[in-house]
Amino acid sequence: MSYDFSHLHRFPGGLRLASHKDLSTTRPIAHLPLPRRLTLPLSQHIGLPAVPLVEAGERVYKGQMIAAAEGYISAPVHASSSGTVVAIAELPIPHPSGLSAPCIVIDTDGKDEWLPTLAGVDDVLQRDPAELRNLIRNAGIVGLGGAGFPASVKLNTGLERRIDLLVLNGAECEPYISCDDLLMRERAADIIAGLRILRHVLNAAQCVIGVEDNKPEAMEALRAALAQGPDEGIQVVAVPTRYPAGGEKQLIQVLTGLEVPSQGLPADLGILCHNVGTAAAVYQALTRGHPLVSRIVTVSGDGVTEPCNVEVPIGTPIAELIAFCGGYTRDVRRLLMGGPMMGIALPSDQLPVIKTCNCILAATDATLAPTKPQLPCIRCSECAVACPANLLPQQLYWHAHARDLDAVQEYDLFDCIECGCCAQVCPSHIPLVQYFRYAKTEIWDQEREREKADLARLRHEFRLERLEREKREKAERHKQKRKALDTPAGDDDPRKAAIAAALERVKARKSVADEVPRNTDNLTPEQQRQIEEANRRRAAARSHKADTDNGAQD
Amino acid sequence: MELLAAYPILAAMLALGVLGGLFGLMLGFAAIRFHVESDPVVDQIDAILPQTQCGQCGFPGCRPYAEAIAAGTAEINQCPPGGEAGIRALADLLGRDFVPLNEEHGEHKGKRVAIIDEKVCIGCTLCIQACPVDAILGAAKQMHTVIESECTGCELCVAPCPVDCIHMVPVETDVESWKWPSPDDQASDMNLRELIQAAKV
Repeated sequence: MSYDFSHLHRFPGGLRLASHKDLSTTRPIAHLPLPRRLTLPLSQHIGLPAVPLVEAGERVYKGQMIAAAEGYISAPVHASSSGTVVAIAELPIPHPSGLSAPCIVIDTDGKDEWLPTLAGVDDVLQRDPAELRNLIRNAGIVGLGGAGFPASVKLNTGLERRIDLLVLNGAECEPYISCDDLLMRERAADIIAGLRILRHVLNAAQCVIGVEDNKPEAMEALRAALAQGPDEGIQVVAVPTRYPAGGEKQLIQVLTGLEVPSQGLPADLGILCHNVGTAAAVYQALTRGHPLVSRIVTVSGDGVTEPCNVEVPIGTPIAELIAFCGGYTRDVRRLLMGGPMMGIALPSDQLPVIKTCNCILAATDATLAPTKPQLPCIRCSECAVACPANLLPQQLYWHAHARDLDAVQEYDLFDCIECGCCAQVCPSHIPLVQYFRYAKTEIWDQEREREKADLARLRHEFRLERLEREKREKAERHKQKRKALDTPAGDDDPRKAAIAAALERVKARKSVADEVPRNTDNLTPEQQRQIEEANRRRAAARSHKADTDNGAQD
Repeated sequence: MELLAAYPILAAMLALGVLGGLFGLMLGFAAIRFHVESDPVVDQIDAILPQTQCGQCGFPGCRPYAEAIAAGTAEINQCPPGGEAGIRALADLLGRDFVPLNEEHGEHKGKRVAIIDEKVCIGCTLCIQACPVDAILGAAKQMHTVIESECTGCELCVAPCPVDCIHMVPVETDVESWKWPSPDDQASDMNLRELIQAAKV
């Protein structure tokens, strides 16, 4: 199947938002001076947390894997600079819960020394896709658009699914965020090279880079980079600026007119979508051998003095990043990770930058209006008009409010992408997305509880069965014994035979104990010495014991 | 044929009779061929109960309690670990009114697991015998330990321990098990917090 992008489509709902991107796009990507201390959470992705490979006190190189992926859906963590591991401890991480999670803390040594064994792969495009996927996995690459799904897992579509179209997502629709824009402007060649690799891994016929039409410079740069290579079937397409055009499903709908099925994946349509940042990271990992140890973060909002995009080592404290951008302004009110629509509020700036952190928004009351008191729903259905997933947010709200978790699922809660359009347009200021997030996590929790209960039931039933079986076996043994006792005693008395057998066993064991160990041939002098020493100790212990025993007798 | 033509009423009765018999056979066949084992109510009740097997309801395990509810010999509000949500689910299933938890059977506590203080444990195996889900590992005169992921927090191991080395500890919320609070709860939380603050001042 081949797609034609001369005529674009549109997704339902969505909003036109003031972009505020020029705040951070006037300066080129800056480089943060190396921070003194890096805090690397073991879980920066969707899936199981990574397992530490290092211990406190160990010296690590930049790019060295310090925690390995655990299970299929997981990603490893690498040291983002050289230094010494000072602790592996539970520390606060940027997460909506504000809870702590295991982190590896590294004190940097200032040398920023790469692991010497890191090397890229030659002739990447001739390699086997499975091998490349493995390299991408070992480089710790996760979706850099914000969700953090392990890239290698997404690339493994299975044998039965064919991918016709690879979409590279450069839409970046959320206000204030411009890290992908700057990446496309400055490192378009990396993105194109990464795209070629991804295309080879997926064996995709056609590729398209979707960029919102408010980023002409980025598109220019991408087209210039494309013009240098002999690429067929790669296109850069401008999509209309409309939030959330950068949502994976929405971007696919705009480009192809196809709707990803409810609770399905784009791969069901033969389409796969990756962020432009992920493509650039894949290029770095495969041609240079550099794992994912840094990312570009937009620092923006009216609450920071010099908004800009900064390339930041993963694990850098957000406070240092803010300081690098000139510090806070006087009227800063709130700190967010992510944009104003989908970002999460951070309780402190002492948290590290993680792989999924695309933006740090220092918001004033002008950036982000303070939450207004919630009023009753008036059933105006503005939310349903704005919903890009074609859901009925007010119905979902009523059921979530009533804690009816079955009903919210009937209204396809799990197709909600939490874009925040509904809450934005709500005239009653109802925090709709929060209700949906509550319902989602509550349902997941119930599922976990159910699984645990099922396991407990299984184990309880097994135990009852076991007790029953043991009782039966005991009764059977008693019956056997009774029968043996009832038989008249004679030479073939089973009891005598049993006693004789037991004596035999004891004798056998004794003779073994007196025997010299068998593996004492061809000993080195060192081993011989150790054996003699052990024998000496044993003899001493024996005589000591004999003495004390005698003493006790006396 | 002529006979039938001569007696149209007989013909109609015969035709209807034959048709009736045929449909009866079809229905009978369908009833056997497409028979669905309906979920007995005991299973449905058992699926709602939390499977802690703690016996606080007065029955030796969740299944016997489910059977008692189904038989009408037990109330639906005797399961403290199930809490209010459990009683609501049972009331929904059985078409009864919600009744608050009967406090005689205990109070609803948060999720907890048993932890054995391994320094104090003497290896008597009494807790192993008490555990309804075989979640304690050990042998005579060997140290025992609880398999945390399989412990239901039923507390049945606590009483038999002769050296009181088993403690029930609340399961801490981590990033994986954390849940977004409902905005409804948050509002009340905030009020509560304000009240506490005011009380402190």
